[in-house]
Amino acid sequence: MFDMLRWLPERASTYAGEIDTLFYIIYYITGFVFLLVTVLLIWFLIQFRYKPGRPAVYSHGNTALELVWTATPAAVFIILFLISQSTWAKVKQFAPISDTEVRLIAKQFAWEFHYPGPDGKFDTEDDFQQDGELHVPVNKPVRLYMQGTDVIHSFFVPVLRLKQDVLPGREILAWFEATKTGRFEIPCAELCGPGHSGMKGWLTVHSAEDYAAWLQEQQS
Amino acid sequence: MSESSAVAHAEHHREGFVRHYLFSLDHKMIGRQFLFSGLAMMVIGGLLAMMVRWQLGYPEQPMPFTGLFSEEFWEGGSWFAQGAPYGVITSEFYNSLFTMHATIMIFFVVMPIMVGAFGNFLIPIGIGAGDMAFPTLNMLSFWTSVPAMILMVLSFFVPGGAAGGGWTSYAPLAAVPDYAGVAGPWGVNLWLISLFILGFSSLMGSINYITTIINMRAPGMTWFRLPLFIWSLFIVAILLLLALPVLTSGLAMMFFDRVFGTHFFLPEGGGEPLLWQHIFWFFGHPEVYILVLPAMGVTSEILPVFSRKPIFGYHAMVFSMIAIAFLSWVVWGHHMFQSGMNPQLGTAFTLTTMMIAIPSAIKTFNWLGTLWGGSIRFTTPMLFAVGFVFLFTIGGLSGIFMGSMAVDIFIHDTYYIVAHIHYVVAGIIFGIFAAIYYWFPKMFGRMMSEGLGKLHFFLTFVFFNMTFFPMHFLGVGGHMRRIYNPNQYEFLEGFAGMNEFITVSALLLGASQIFFGINFIWSLFWGRRAERNPWQANTLEWDAPSPPPHGNFEVTPTVYRGPYEYSVPEVQEDYLPQSRYLEVAAGGGH
Repeated sequence: MFDMLRWLPERASTYAGEIDTLFYIIYYITGFVFLLVTVLLIWFLIQFRYKPGRPAVYSHGNTALELVWTATPAAVFIILFLISQSTWAKVKQFAPISDTEVRLIAKQFAWEFHYPGPDGKFDTEDDFQQDGELHVPVNKPVRLYMQGTDVIHSFFVPVLRLKQDVLPGREILAWFEATKTGRFEIPCAELCGPGHSGMKGWLTVHSAEDYAAWLQEQQS
Repeated sequence: MSESSAVAHAEHHREGFVRHYLFSLDHKMIGRQFLFSGLAMMVIGGLLAMMVRWQLGYPEQPMPFTGLFSEEFWEGGSWFAQGAPYGVITSEFYNSLFTMHATIMIFFVVMPIMVGAFGNFLIPIGIGAGDMAFPTLNMLSFWTSVPAMILMVLSFFVPGGAAGGGWTSYAPLAAVPDYAGVAGPWGVNLWLISLFILGFSSLMGSINYITTIINMRAPGMTWFRLPLFIWSLFIVAILLLLALPVLTSGLAMMFFDRVFGTHFFLPEGGGEPLLWQHIFWFFGHPEVYILVLPAMGVTSEILPVFSRKPIFGYHAMVFSMIAIAFLSWVVWGHHMFQSGMNPQLGTAFTLTTMMIAIPSAIKTFNWLGTLWGGSIRFTTPMLFAVGFVFLFTIGGLSGIFMGSMAVDIFIHDTYYIVAHIHYVVAGIIFGIFAAIYYWFPKMFGRMMSEGLGKLHFFLTFVFFNMTFFPMHFLGVGGHMRRIYNPNQYEFLEGFAGMNEFITVSALLLGASQIFFGINFIWSLFWGRRAERNPWQANTLEWDAPSPPPHGNFEVTPTVYRGPYEYSVPEVQEDYLPQSRYLEVAAGGGH
């Protein structure tokens, strides 16, 4: 009826496809149930509308049917849980080792990205900072160490299918591996005050050579 | 107790205006008070939503009616001139609008009408009692909610305007006045105080409901002869008793953080922002079921009456509500998948969330089973009840998407969530309308207009879906919730037309409610006089006169069977009231 998922943004990370696949699986299952319920509802309303001389069926239910519509959803839900788990663990629990590490500082109302510089260590002389601009190489895992300063913000890159709240008082690790070069928006997805709307940055995904050149330029 | 209180009530029947209309101890008058205050707040909550939609459909353009105001008005510095100078909503005011819309609709519309109005009105009559167990406590429960309501509305007029941290008021944004970026701290302070007071109102109500249902059922009214609406209110009262104090404590902690310099939720003093979210959602998820269970109860009441058929699987309906109530305590983490809590918790909360969907599925299929083989009358209450089933199906199914923690990564905090919560919570308003159209004859002794009622249903149903269904598409496109101006994002450029469509639909949805207002007020004074049992229903409230006098029943009824014995082959009529005695007990009953 409605192809709802055609509104999905493009996919530009290694796990975006997996998340969308789950999205589609749930979409087809729920879409089927929705159609089933709607068709039955409309059919019953028409078929069993009041007609003079035709009494209603005197019945208190049917235990066998009830068992069917208890067990079937239960089985479907357990399967959905199981197939969701591996994708969830991949995105949120097991960040791969990477030599592209960036520290994100979130504040009202901007993203600040800190790079460790040539020595690969944060909080040293050669660190450099980018306001609102995250530059990463394509096809390489990136580790983001997120720190909040004031209120809660949420780092959201629709094309990566990544969203992670950034909390003051702790560091949260997120990761992604971009699969497409280009420039993508990074909105804040958690209400963070009057400047929440419009709090955004840009993710630039470079080819390997471009990224090396960009890094060179920043560090010189 | 029930008989003696009925007698006692009958004795001091004559009372003054103040005692009768304001500080009444009669559960029916208190129910009407909750209904009127809830409907008044619904108008405010609805107007706030219209303004939110205006800003999203026509960002930073002056609101239509504001051209009528004079130059002096805009220069005057009133709360409205500051929030929307020359009719253009500011981002601070926008945040207040959606915060107050949600707060008012949840705490001052759905809860007072469903639990306060219909709970009060129907629990004693539905179980065959003369009044609540504690009439004075009942009166206090309403009058405690009034200052809460006044403070919440007054908060628009303090410097800096009403609270703007979202109805969830996450810390530290809501816990530190400076982060809000507005002229004064009193918006959020009043928000906290108001809900703190309201917590006591609902505590008084819930204790009363539980006591009344346990102790004051009429002879023969066993647990499994209780109408499902009474069951839903009993379960809701227990949830309220246990959940609301958790919120109340959290509100107090946040107030201390704001005013007295504690650091419960502030990391700079060793506090933890996530603690607020855990407290809030530990209350907040049972709260969702506090809102929806009575609507499910209303639907289970109305479908059998107008299908002229017993409810399908009465026991399954009761046990699924009990299951929902238990599971509602262990699913709160699904609001926090992306919050930064340990991701392993996400796994656990997804499993429990999937489990709580099972009883909801059972209920939906049982409603379908009730319709099957019926002799269906399309009255206005029936249309709204069937509408609720349809909307709840969509809202329930869309919940499975964010129930999966992996899919939630993308749709969390987007319009997909907004679509989902409105299909569920705004869908509950269909339950409220069904209840009003159904019990209006009993509450006020007059019938509402069926013609206007059906018109109201069809317009509301169409515009509701035109408003909220496209929000799923926005969410799939990544459109964040709570943003002031979608035009600030390149990836949302393609959605401007859809936002405008939604806004026009929402304005029409709001305008359609005028037909309800006309019908309600007109019928209150000039509606056709209602007989005792206009819908030929079985439950005890239809044994009492319309409207019931003080003490409700002329004689305390005796209950012989379950509430849904329709079209019993052994009797002539197609209904068999719970209190009618038959020589040979007909049917299975309960």
